Amino acid sequence: MNLTDILKQRIVILDGAMGTMIQRHTLEEADFRNEALKDHPHPLKGDNDLLSITRPDIIKDIHRQYFEAGADIVETNTFSGTTIAQADYHLEHLVDDINYYSAKIAREVADEMTAKEPHKPRFVAGAMGPTNRTASLSPDVNDPGYRAVTFDQLVAAYKQQAAKLIEGGVDVLLIETIFDTLNAKAALYAVDLLFEELGKHYPVMISGTITDASGRTLSGQTTEAFLISMQHAPLLSIGLNCALGASALRPYLQIMAANSPYFVSAYPNAGLPNEFGQYDESPHAMAKQVEEFCKEGLVNILGGCCGTTPDHIKAIADMAKNYKPRMISVTA
Amino acid sequence: MNKDYTLRLSGLEPLVITKETNFVNVGERTNVTGSKMFLRLIREGNFEEALAVARQQVEGGAQIIDINMDEGMIDGVESMVRFLHLIGSEPDISKVPVMIDSSRWEIIEAGLKCVQGKCVVNSISLKAGEEEFVRQAKIVKRFGAAVIVMLFDEVGQADNFERRIEIAERAYRILTEKVHFPAGDIIFDPNIFPVATGMEEHRRNAIDFFEGTKWIKDNLPGAKISGGVSNVSFSFRGNDKVREAMHSAFLYHAIKNGMDMGIVNPSQLEVYDEIDKDLLEHVEDVLLDRREDATERLLEYAEKVKGKGKEKVIDDEWRKKPVEERLSHALIKGIVEFVEADTEEARQKYAKPLEVIEGPLMAGMNVVGDLFGSGKMFLPQVVKSARVMKKSVAYLMPFMEEEKRKSGDHSTSQGKILMATVKGDVHDIGKNIVGVVLACNNYEIIDIGVMVPAEKILETAVREKVDVIGLSGLITPSLDEMVHVAKEMERLGMTIPLLIGGATTSRAHTAVKIDPVYSGAVVHVLDASKGVPVVQSLVSPELREDTKKRFKAEYEQFRIDYKNRRKDKNFVDLRKARENKFKATFNNIVEPAFLGNKVLEDYPLEELRKRIDWTPFFSTWELAGKYPAILEDKIIGVEAKKLFIDANQLLDKVIKEKLLKAKGVIGFYKANAVGDDIIIETFDNPSPESHLSPKSQKTAATKTQTFHFLRQQNEKAADQPYFCLADFIAPKTSGIQDYIGMFAVTAGIGIEPIIEAFEKNHDDYNSIMIKALADRLAEAFAEKMHELVRTEYWGYAKGENLTEEEIIKEKYDGIRPAPGYPACPDHTEKGKLFEILNAEKLAGISLTENFAMYPTAAVSGFYFANAQSKYFAVGKIAKDQVEDYASRKGESIEWVEKWMAPNLGYDN
Repeated sequence: MNLTDILKQRIVILDGAMGTMIQRHTLEEADFRNEALKDHPHPLKGDNDLLSITRPDIIKDIHRQYFEAGADIVETNTFSGTTIAQADYHLEHLVDDINYYSAKIAREVADEMTAKEPHKPRFVAGAMGPTNRTASLSPDVNDPGYRAVTFDQLVAAYKQQAAKLIEGGVDVLLIETIFDTLNAKAALYAVDLLFEELGKHYPVMISGTITDASGRTLSGQTTEAFLISMQHAPLLSIGLNCALGASALRPYLQIMAANSPYFVSAYPNAGLPNEFGQYDESPHAMAKQVEEFCKEGLVNILGGCCGTTPDHIKAIADMAKNYKPRMISVTA
Repeated sequence: MNKDYTLRLSGLEPLVITKETNFVNVGERTNVTGSKMFLRLIREGNFEEALAVARQQVEGGAQIIDINMDEGMIDGVESMVRFLHLIGSEPDISKVPVMIDSSRWEIIEAGLKCVQGKCVVNSISLKAGEEEFVRQAKIVKRFGAAVIVMLFDEVGQADNFERRIEIAERAYRILTEKVHFPAGDIIFDPNIFPVATGMEEHRRNAIDFFEGTKWIKDNLPGAKISGGVSNVSFSFRGNDKVREAMHSAFLYHAIKNGMDMGIVNPSQLEVYDEIDKDLLEHVEDVLLDRREDATERLLEYAEKVKGKGKEKVIDDEWRKKPVEERLSHALIKGIVEFVEADTEEARQKYAKPLEVIEGPLMAGMNVVGDLFGSGKMFLPQVVKSARVMKKSVAYLMPFMEEEKRKSGDHSTSQGKILMATVKGDVHDIGKNIVGVVLACNNYEIIDIGVMVPAEKILETAVREKVDVIGLSGLITPSLDEMVHVAKEMERLGMTIPLLIGGATTSRAHTAVKIDPVYSGAVVHVLDASKGVPVVQSLVSPELREDTKKRFKAEYEQFRIDYKNRRKDKNFVDLRKARENKFKATFNNIVEPAFLGNKVLEDYPLEELRKRIDWTPFFSTWELAGKYPAILEDKIIGVEAKKLFIDANQLLDKVIKEKLLKAKGVIGFYKANAVGDDIIIETFDNPSPESHLSPKSQKTAATKTQTFHFLRQQNEKAADQPYFCLADFIAPKTSGIQDYIGMFAVTAGIGIEPIIEAFEKNHDDYNSIMIKALADRLAEAFAEKMHELVRTEYWGYAKGENLTEEEIIKEKYDGIRPAPGYPACPDHTEKGKLFEILNAEKLAGISLTENFAMYPTAAVSGFYFANAQSKYFAVGKIAKDQVEDYASRKGESIEWVEKWMAPNLGYDN
């Protein structure tokens, strides 16, 4: 059964936070290095994507925990897997490997789980993060016309990432945590080019981020404007993740659900960060809030972002079983 | 199938064009081929003014802006990119979608790479053949833009009805069938040509456009129609009156036939119904080709009506306007410069000084209130407006006293509001802001200051016959004091509505703790902007009862929900939480360079200034956003910038004239954890002059003091620890000697005379400003002191080398939690801290009976050096911990429940 068929029948569950789970291991610089990187002159601690190569055991275990908690889809550990984001660590040359191996290990765990429970096939989404640059905002307050990254640079970086994710065996591509719509447009542009080259299409999921209570993305768009700017590509789903907790996300999700011709996804944070930037909403509390989405019929795909754990995903998966997915009423 | 042909465009905001949408107005002034002025600005590189042109268009009602840089003398690609980038930083402009207009493909493609929203490409055509048309259309589709298709093919431009439908149909088939372009995103431009040119073949130009438009709409599903309207009146250049009439009449008929959007200069448009009937008939004769001699007749007529047409009067010299408008302008813009002279002029003009207030001043403040209420003005602007208002009122005051003496009393305000910061609390920035905003709305504010006991609040309320009482507080014990005030009001049988506000207050606390004890109305007010409508409805005799009922019902429901929700909260018992405590390692303990206290007298403010974290400063002013990005914010950036400049000017003055003084005391002591307590070794007589070296300390007489801490109890995932600050200090049982630090710093010494001076001058803006700045300086001082402690005074991180930004992000080792904050929520621990530091004497900071610090610009807390220590929130605690804590502190359970009320995880 393919993902689209399942999406028509029930709410599909995405995994939770990768970073939160990695933090549970107290990792040292050595964990981020292997033989090839032993003399890399820059510190690598914190480059979580790299762990797919240096500590695949940890990443595989996290994928497994999420699948066991009830996730249908796990995201590859490639949030920062572009040459643009890896430049911080001077690891541009490892981007191909990061994406390929991240996809490969997630694929292995998914296949292993599917073999165990053939009635519940598991999927892998190739995660494509926003990079750490914005194409529509100037980082220099004195020169609003300046841009730290161009559309063409983003297209090149995303295309490279997507190619390797596909080569590593992902089922879908997930362009996520979009704070600047132009970055995401470059990603869509890149995968469209890639699909044309490959002669094959893969489903694409889109997830934007509303950064504050004004209901706008960091680059200033309202939720509806964001949806309009993204919906030209044939998408599997569009939705929102990160930045806000579930209850704060609801009004914007309603706008998404009312206007999207595609499936709608939501993977909020575990509440709002407390005074110290930690997310401390309990699995039960989060599931209760997410349940409101289900009651209102707003979503087709549910998961968790910052601060969520397998416990959260289990609570959400258990809750979502009782609800029907959103019906798509808008035609593309 | 019922296909969706809606054309959806977006800038920062959506523009959805459906069948029902009225004509969409495309701005045309940002086009170098159409506007000489714009061309000049671009050529001179004057992008700032070029942006102003764009802004005017949007303000003037353009729903899309057309941008064209096709001119031989300028670099089209570079100009397009630069201009689109700049627009991207101007939310007033970029809220609407753009139309990238060029006949050069490379300019279009460069433009497409700069725009985050769904824009329109203007244009592509079959001029260079089908292959190129398909290639370009595919690229446009990949960028997700809509497209304007000019009716042009290999042969030439479509200039009659047949050619129009022939090319349109062909282009439509290619786009929908070959390129799979969404039909709803195809916009045809069927070419608007001039009429009344005198040439026979141009007579049907308008009619062919109308009919072509209708044919396309009827036969090509989803397709839209656009065009450049001003072309039609080309023959009447210089005769604006006729041109305006012609544009309006043309549009009227084109829209009837299905035209969806067009490039129009709104200032060159007459309202169709207001066109002179005679002129309209002449114009329509031409457009609709109704008479052989239509052109001659219109030309003749045109000579007669040759006039200037509609001309926009731009007059920014507001000083020349009538005094009422000047006052209103000054209020809205917050200009104090001329207010006294204008007030005097108004006073002479009106019969009574009171009429000046009730007339022009109130009218202006109402505009301010509306703009603020609808989010179009921001707090700093409103406070500046209030400054103008107060100045003006102050000027009128003596005249009014005089007037009153003559005519007897006469109250002008909408109502009297009593405001007070409750007993034990000294924080008043928020209260002052609310007071200013209410005063702007014509309420009389009786502000009785800080640390006001319940009796005085109630006595004043009765004496002054106030309509509403507003209570404010920032520290947690104030919550309890507010409950006390409410209980007293109930006991005295009062019915005055009670407003609750301040950083520590919440809707939850108000609903659960305050509302049930008082039968009058109780309302929690989130911030200044929310306060006005609430007060209005509480004061209004008609709305008062209903408002009270509404809030009572709302809070009742909240209590029910809250109870239900509370059942969901799971606590682990204290024993289990302690078993799962955080296990720190203690193998790198560094002995502090000295033990005992040390005073830092008069720390240089210019050093602290560098350390200021500006983000909270902006949030004091209700401007949300991170510094420095907030200065460029699309919505509040302009105001944030102004505020920032004002703040820095005041800071310059404060530093230059040494108006404020920063002072602090720190101390280090031997410490070990015993359970959740930390026991420290102190000396009989800690004095700053004789802080002891570790060696001599060994011989000094010592005693112990115990700090009590609380542990997290909210259930967590299986392998997560339950934190308590005591976890970061080596346990006594380990046999390892550990240390703890303490500090109390202030930057508020000398603030009273400054505030007094501002208030005397009715300058709330600067009075709030100085308090907010002193707060920031105190925080900066705490941060700086922490660094000095890490690298020098304690010296456990001597090699530390962090940037300012990394310091703000707390990338260093160790923490400095403060009593009353989430990691140790118990304010009463501050008493012992102050005693050991001798902070009142050494740092000039005193504590109120509820442990608020005065001056308010002060920070105190503990230093933990352990690299694994981190900030956390204790959160709610269960009864077992409350009992345990009470016995550790040697206090009653009730006492603990009173002080720790906000942290209780159960009802008491």
